[in-house]
Amino acid sequence: MTRFLLPLVVLAGLVALLAVGLRLDPAHVPSPLIGQPLPDFETGLVQGEGRLDAQTLRARGPLLLNVWASWCAACRDEHPLLMELAPHLPIYGLNWKDEQAAARSWLGRFGDPYRASLHDPGGRIGIDLGVYGVPETFLVDAQGVIRYKHVGPLTGAVLEREILPRWRALTQASAS
Amino acid sequence: MDRCAALRRACLLLAGLLLCSACATLAAIEPREFAESADQARYEALIEELRCLVCQNESLAESNADLAADLRAEVAGQILAGRSDAQIVDYLTARYGDFVLYRPPFKPVTWALWLGPLALLLMGSFVVWRTARTAGGSEALTEAEQQRLRTLLDEEDSR
Repeated sequence: MTRFLLPLVVLAGLVALLAVGLRLDPAHVPSPLIGQPLPDFETGLVQGEGRLDAQTLRARGPLLLNVWASWCAACRDEHPLLMELAPHLPIYGLNWKDEQAAARSWLGRFGDPYRASLHDPGGRIGIDLGVYGVPETFLVDAQGVIRYKHVGPLTGAVLEREILPRWRALTQASAS
Repeated sequence: MDRCAALRRACLLLAGLLLCSACATLAAIEPREFAESADQARYEALIEELRCLVCQNESLAESNADLAADLRAEVAGQILAGRSDAQIVDYLTARYGDFVLYRPPFKPVTWALWLGPLALLLMGSFVVWRTARTAGGSEALTEAEQQRLRTLLDEEDSR
């Protein structure tokens, strides 16, 4: 009986290891920018003639910064949710590797949930933010520090579980 | 004769396919020429070591993802600007984390990664060593076993 014990223990360990491994998301890239201030930039906006720099945006926190593009299908999926959120909390956009005309017509067609959308046609700001796929959503606090990042489209569940609890904590912290 | 021709055709087709796939690999990334051959070598070594974040099993040198092209341009730009390999790698890890490195640094979270194979090798060697030792079979019979053997042999004789 005991001669089966060791192989059994090893097998159980292996099964446990593989079970954990299967649950991990290999596409998840932990961002080194969590806890860092929003990186510097200065750029034009998708709509209108205005410009916006990082210093100004940092001072407007807490806020959500949503990276999007008109060519991104998953952005279309999360868009209704952003429209629903927009009246309740400030959402800024980063229009990543996109053409201004296409971005404008996209917003015209589906609605504009953003207080302002930064235009980043070359993807430079995206690189500084460690963006590797759209959509991505950053939660920035009142000090302009990135507190959380979600990669992929926002869903009701993600919002409920990840974003809103952190949002409430941030707004309470900045109110007191 | 016919079979020979068919075989030759098949070979030609195969060669053509291989050539095509080789071309496809070459065409995946944009050619980039540096004035200095040292810069060229550094560029090629760096993009080979850096991992594409979009198609995570490809290096920047292999990937034809849009972001990989941007990052290659970034690496090339920084080489031309006179920045060192370490500075370029730091620049990318500050934004994308150790994830961009095919050779992540040795630190507590990567201990299992670096030492795991060695630990498995040691465990395997131990199992092999133990199995070999017990299967060696050089042990002498115990007193009780010799007694039993004698009785068995005696039974055989008396039959």
